[in-house]
Amino acid sequence: MKPKTQRLTLALFAVAAIVAAALLALSAFKNQAAYYYTPADAAKAHLPPGAAVRLGGMVEKGSLKRLPDGVTITFVVTDGAATVPVRFSGIVPALFREGSGVVADGRFAEGGQFVADTILAKHDERYMPPQVAGAMHKSASLRK
Amino acid sequence: MIAEAGLAALWLGAALCALQLIASIAAVRGDRDLAVIVRPVAVAQALLTLLAFGLLIWLFVRVDLSVLLVAQNDNSEKPLLYRFAATWGNHEGSMLMWVTILGVAGAGIALFERKLDPRTLIATLGGQATIGLGFYAFLLFASNPFARLPAPPPDGQGLNPLLQDPGLAFHPPTLYLGYVGLSVAFSFAIGALVTRDVGPAFAKAMRPWVLAAWIFLTIGITAGSYWAYYELGWGGWWFWDPVENASLMPWLAATALLHSVTVLATRDGLRAWTLMLAVVAFSMSMIGTFLVRSGILTSVHAFAVDPRRGVFLLALLFLYIGGALALFGLRVGTVREGAKFDLVSREAGLVANNLLLSVILGVVLFGTLYPLILETLGVKISIGPPYFNRAAGAPALLLVTLMAAGPLLRWRRDDARALLRRVAPAAVLAVAALVAVKLLAPSIGLLALLGLALAAGLALASLAPLWRRNLLRTPLFTWGMVIAHFGIAVSLAGMACDSSFTAEKLVAARVGETIAVGPYQVRFAGLEPAFESNWQALQATLEARRGGGDPLLLHPQARSYWAPPTDTSETAIHTAIDGQLYTVLGKPVGDGRWQLRLWWKPFVTLIWAGGFLVAIGGALALIGRLRRGRRRPPQEAWA
Repeated sequence: MKPKTQRLTLALFAVAAIVAAALLALSAFKNQAAYYYTPADAAKAHLPPGAAVRLGGMVEKGSLKRLPDGVTITFVVTDGAATVPVRFSGIVPALFREGSGVVADGRFAEGGQFVADTILAKHDERYMPPQVAGAMHKSASLRK
Repeated sequence: MIAEAGLAALWLGAALCALQLIASIAAVRGDRDLAVIVRPVAVAQALLTLLAFGLLIWLFVRVDLSVLLVAQNDNSEKPLLYRFAATWGNHEGSMLMWVTILGVAGAGIALFERKLDPRTLIATLGGQATIGLGFYAFLLFASNPFARLPAPPPDGQGLNPLLQDPGLAFHPPTLYLGYVGLSVAFSFAIGALVTRDVGPAFAKAMRPWVLAAWIFLTIGITAGSYWAYYELGWGGWWFWDPVENASLMPWLAATALLHSVTVLATRDGLRAWTLMLAVVAFSMSMIGTFLVRSGILTSVHAFAVDPRRGVFLLALLFLYIGGALALFGLRVGTVREGAKFDLVSREAGLVANNLLLSVILGVVLFGTLYPLILETLGVKISIGPPYFNRAAGAPALLLVTLMAAGPLLRWRRDDARALLRRVAPAAVLAVAALVAVKLLAPSIGLLALLGLALAAGLALASLAPLWRRNLLRTPLFTWGMVIAHFGIAVSLAGMACDSSFTAEKLVAARVGETIAVGPYQVRFAGLEPAFESNWQALQATLEARRGGGDPLLLHPQARSYWAPPTDTSETAIHTAIDGQLYTVLGKPVGDGRWQLRLWWKPFVTLIWAGGFLVAIGGALALIGRLRRGRRRPPQEAWA
């Protein structure tokens, strides 16, 4: 094979591989990237059941209930404008409590309940000393 | 006084670094007098950074609370190991470690690099000094580790409890050695671009440095993954967290570089591409440092949030990556084209390896940076494991397939039919494994099924280069390649087993209840308090039985730390020959029951065993290269 043809073939292979990878990544991205919704956003968006969603808001006071199995909880996430009922099975993070911020990754089930796979208490203080967490809180509200 | 001495050492180091840069520029332009001082200055600079770092360690071990950093991150009630390791368990200390390793790497080049053309060596040390200056400035102007407090507090605030683990003593230093070690490859590329000296001799000089950094990166990532696995208590070993990706991306680039530098050393091919990869690899290290240290991510690794630091690091990032790419653009035209090769040849296999590694790198880079870029525009998005597993998993499996064939290819030109004959046994084994796994576990996912089949094929194929060879006379670097590739197969098998055969139980149990998970019967035998100087805990006693015989005792804990006040859960793990029993104690339900989370993870240990095999393979290759380099400098052969 001539050097020129060789380089051309290599380049074609490279382009084909990169295009294939980009298509694969795009399809994975389209199906799996979770956009961040507040309950009000979620109500407007009419999300299909099963789509990956990240839900953020406050745990409504008085809404936290434990089911008899001892490991499943239900609570209501609110942003003041709308609410979403959430169900979660697992061990909740230390900072999770009524009235505090929460971020839940999961999907909507048929009937409008949100089934969370993971729960993060917002500004998770176990990761950092309190005054840093305070600064973090400030910057987060600035960003909004 | 000690803190002031440390700061003085840093300023002096920065001044010497500037001198190193100026002298190397003058030397490359032909000044012989200044050329003489470049190497001693590089060594002196490294000694000063070591002194500063040593003094900071001393301050932490003695808990000198008049120093701000110590007061914020240390505590006199902590055990010695954690007072020592707390030195780098914070932003400023870890950046000082960064600069120290950078300096030591420069001294290493100055002292031990014998193969490189002297002019390129001086230019390389100039490149190292350029990087050094920026990070000295970052340390001195935006992250001074030696700042004093006007009034010392009664005791320090202590270290993040998640970091209070022996892992802290090893994981950051090894990872940093890898991260910053890649700066050597970057500086080599800069040096070669400046002096236009790119060829096999250059590649042979660069290879051991790349190999060394890559070994440390491999160990750091493997150890970090195991640390997250047992410390977080979530049962997972890789979360595609931006911080994890920040360490994976330099590794992917360094792995590609390691293979392309071999083509350059052996066959004088891929010249420009190898230089590009050297620039990309360290750029990934710097992007990683930016992600982790700028405070734009909230994670256990982000110690502080100070917007100035983020902007400073971002500026350094643009300066260095942009500068290196500009130099590359200017000079790449003058780099002669390398040697030719056939489409079926070892070189072509390594090109495909590089292509796939670059694709994976691109996928991970996109998934890591895109949400951050969107967030600055006000759109919040989370790209999680489903994206990464699909988008990176497919090219990774293709790469593994290729990896089985690559080492069986000949340099320059090979015959496709002969190659097929050589890979046939491995292909047969892979297909047999595929059928067997599908029959035994019909519900297994596609990625895991392919993973197991390919792992079996690769395990056999990776040993093939040893077939019919005198094992005693096989060069060490061939052994290294075989063991590293075999390690990938081992790791892949562990990943596939963990993802498809893990059994999980999440229950609320009373003392005395028994829970079945995998092959184990686990009895919740009791709950008692436990304590240490800096925490107290509730500790469960779990009796795990497998068949007959005495039960194993496991003690997962729910800990409360005092400084800073934090609750954590401490997992208890039993390692059996065929997997791990992983137990977590959760929260009280209120009616006398406790949440327990139990996992049976068959063969999960293979993941990290494979990672360490890869590192051992790298170490053997490095030793082999260094020994051959000493014995027979000019001659070269691979496998």
